[in-house]
Amino acid sequence: MFYRKVATVLAGLSAAMPALAYESSYNLPVGATDISKRVYGLHMMMFWVCVVIAVCVFAVMIFSIWKFRKSKGAIADKTLTHSTNVEVVWTVIPVIILVATAIPAARTLIQMEDTRNSQLTIKVVGYQWKWQYEYMDKGVSFFSTLAPASNLARQLGSGIDPKTVKDYLLDVDHPLVVPVDTKVRLLLTGNDVIHSWWVPDFAVKKDTIPGFINESWFKANRTGRFTGQCAELCGRDHGFMPIVVNVVTKEEFATWLAARQAEAHPAAPATTAATTP
Amino acid sequence: MAHADTHAHDDHDHKPHGIGRWLFATNHKDIGTMYLVFSLVMFLLGGFMALLIRLELFKPGLQFFDPAFYNSLVTTHALVMIFGAVMPAFVGLANWMVPLQIGAPDMALPRMNNYSFWILPFAFTLLLSSFFTAGGGPAGGWTLYPPLSLQAGTSFPLTIFAIHLMGASSIMGAINVIVTILNMRAPGMTLLKLPLFCWTWLITAYLLIAVMPVLAGAVTMLLTDHYFGTSFFNPAGGGDPVMFQHIFWFFGHPEVYILILPAFGIVSEIIPTFSRKPLFGYDAMVYATASIAFLSFIVWAHHMFTVGMPLAGQMFFMMSTMLIAVPTGVKVFNWTTTMWRGSLTFEPPMLFALAFLFLFTLGGFSGLMLAIAPADYQYQDTYFVVAHFHYVLVPGAVFAIMAGVYYWLPKWTGHMYNQMLARCHFWLSAITVNILFFPQHFLGLAGMPRRIPDYNVQFTDWNVVSSIGGFAFGLSQILFVVVIWQCVRGGEKATAQVWDAEPHGLEWTLPSPAPYHSFETAPEVH
Repeated sequence: MFYRKVATVLAGLSAAMPALAYESSYNLPVGATDISKRVYGLHMMMFWVCVVIAVCVFAVMIFSIWKFRKSKGAIADKTLTHSTNVEVVWTVIPVIILVATAIPAARTLIQMEDTRNSQLTIKVVGYQWKWQYEYMDKGVSFFSTLAPASNLARQLGSGIDPKTVKDYLLDVDHPLVVPVDTKVRLLLTGNDVIHSWWVPDFAVKKDTIPGFINESWFKANRTGRFTGQCAELCGRDHGFMPIVVNVVTKEEFATWLAARQAEAHPAAPATTAATTP
Repeated sequence: MAHADTHAHDDHDHKPHGIGRWLFATNHKDIGTMYLVFSLVMFLLGGFMALLIRLELFKPGLQFFDPAFYNSLVTTHALVMIFGAVMPAFVGLANWMVPLQIGAPDMALPRMNNYSFWILPFAFTLLLSSFFTAGGGPAGGWTLYPPLSLQAGTSFPLTIFAIHLMGASSIMGAINVIVTILNMRAPGMTLLKLPLFCWTWLITAYLLIAVMPVLAGAVTMLLTDHYFGTSFFNPAGGGDPVMFQHIFWFFGHPEVYILILPAFGIVSEIIPTFSRKPLFGYDAMVYATASIAFLSFIVWAHHMFTVGMPLAGQMFFMMSTMLIAVPTGVKVFNWTTTMWRGSLTFEPPMLFALAFLFLFTLGGFSGLMLAIAPADYQYQDTYFVVAHFHYVLVPGAVFAIMAGVYYWLPKWTGHMYNQMLARCHFWLSAITVNILFFPQHFLGLAGMPRRIPDYNVQFTDWNVVSSIGGFAFGLSQILFVVVIWQCVRGGEKATAQVWDAEPHGLEWTLPSPAPYHSFETAPEVH
């Protein structure tokens, strides 16, 4: 496939620039899911397409500025006012480039929207200014708010240096815990205003809208701690409702879930989800 | 006024005196001047707000502002810059230049012209006075998404009415431009001989008339939701908060072209002049502008890929958005080819036009990346988007406005400005604008959401760079004010043609400064 080849070449190019590729402070993360890798690939593909076009177009501009200066004795060719051939060429070539890039983009989009065959469903509710996670049919539900250390330091005039706070503004009291290699479906809604649940390493960003239930999914392929933030302006403390997802092994997840269920329903088996505000 | 009108015919340069000349102005040049001055004041005010934002973001941790006040700064910075700085600047340029370029004695509807200007100071007084009400200024973002925007306090009705007034002003200005261009062209000036600044403004004016009422409708529905118990956007009453976003962006996307099409027109005037060569592909430029205007109506939902649209909807908006690259590319290629085999000189207007050409194109590239829906999921609502739209609006629209001012200022004042100072202004602006906005691409990609007053320490370095660039860019604009001030006060006499490059167009057939009443007898265009 032509696109595969292009993608391989471009991936090679980006790998040749290690500083740009992994966990950098100036590029997208490759992430921890197949989708996030594809999105990263699309991003780098578009980046290099733009670089190539930019080099061509800017080269002509810079050459013109350098070559056709009046101070160097350039005389204007006032007859050069149009050329149908050239104009057709520079209309058709961009169309071809666009079609070529739209096809892999459309493929990835179709995969992102395919929420079938999920193995775990979690309801995410956005609140001003915290998240609620509910493990559907598991009887586990809890709120996730900014970690106390960050919350103290972020107050106006707190005098606490953010550099001394671990994971400043990217830490919560109760992180979301999910098993690795498991397709997790998210059902997202909002309680008050619109928020947006975003974890860059999963390439998931979906608005949580009151009155709507949105769907998304991810399947993390490695364990670890992944952070994100609310991405839709939601009021005063919009900047202070981070997301932390701990991806753990399936065994660890089972143990964790059992402990949470026991906490929520010490006596009877789980029936309904406890949703205390 | 009647008094002024009766005397106007006796003497070309007889002007009404005192404050009345401005309050009751019907002369397109006076109104154009007022628009431009108003726009400059708003640009400095909106810029001051931006500097406060960059001040807070200079370091992690909250140093200066409560987050709610920070959100108000973000919201009003956008409204002031869009509706107060860029749009009035374009209307001011249209007021000055459209009659001069088409050989008309004035705008077609001079009294409406007066109203459309004088509404604006009241609109912005309303908007900015909301800072002093209980609960502070509007803090829900300039996009006013409900339900958040409905949580506002006293600032809410002030903001809504301010937007209504701004919309009314824009619609009146647009009607005036359309009527003037369609009815008052000099004999012989067919539509395909119209200068490109007039063409882009004509198309912009149609966009304004099409979408400003949509914005007015959207904010009126917000108002009734807030005060009269309706539930247009309230899910508890069966309403739909996403519908607001669809309506808003049906206005909002054409709006961003309203902010850039006249800039295309200005650049299309300046590059040929200083290349000493006619514009390459004039007809293609007109058709490309019209295509961009048409496409602007069918791409709006690319601003909202993350709201959970059906797959087919996302596909459609992704593809239609990518299509915009084609006519935009045609424009960039035409400007470039205009310079090809030209004879170039680099006066301040040309410098700004060239910076526009490079940096607007750069903003276009990030726009192309944003069009890719799966990747947009990562970019949406991050600093990558902030970098993108500031690239097309600051070194895009604002640089084009500055290019236009430096191009026509001697025609307005009759004096040549201090070109050395203008060049300093250019180089300082062109360098610092990149220090200001380029790092924001990195911040967004690394994961920094927009509209947050505080951030994790990993984002510190690029924020420091961006803030330093911001302060330097802000201070550089003082030079712009100085150059204009000096030029208004006096300076070397400008000739009718102003530029050695012998620019084409009817405005250059008039003496400098252009007389108070010009083209009372229509010129012939061949």
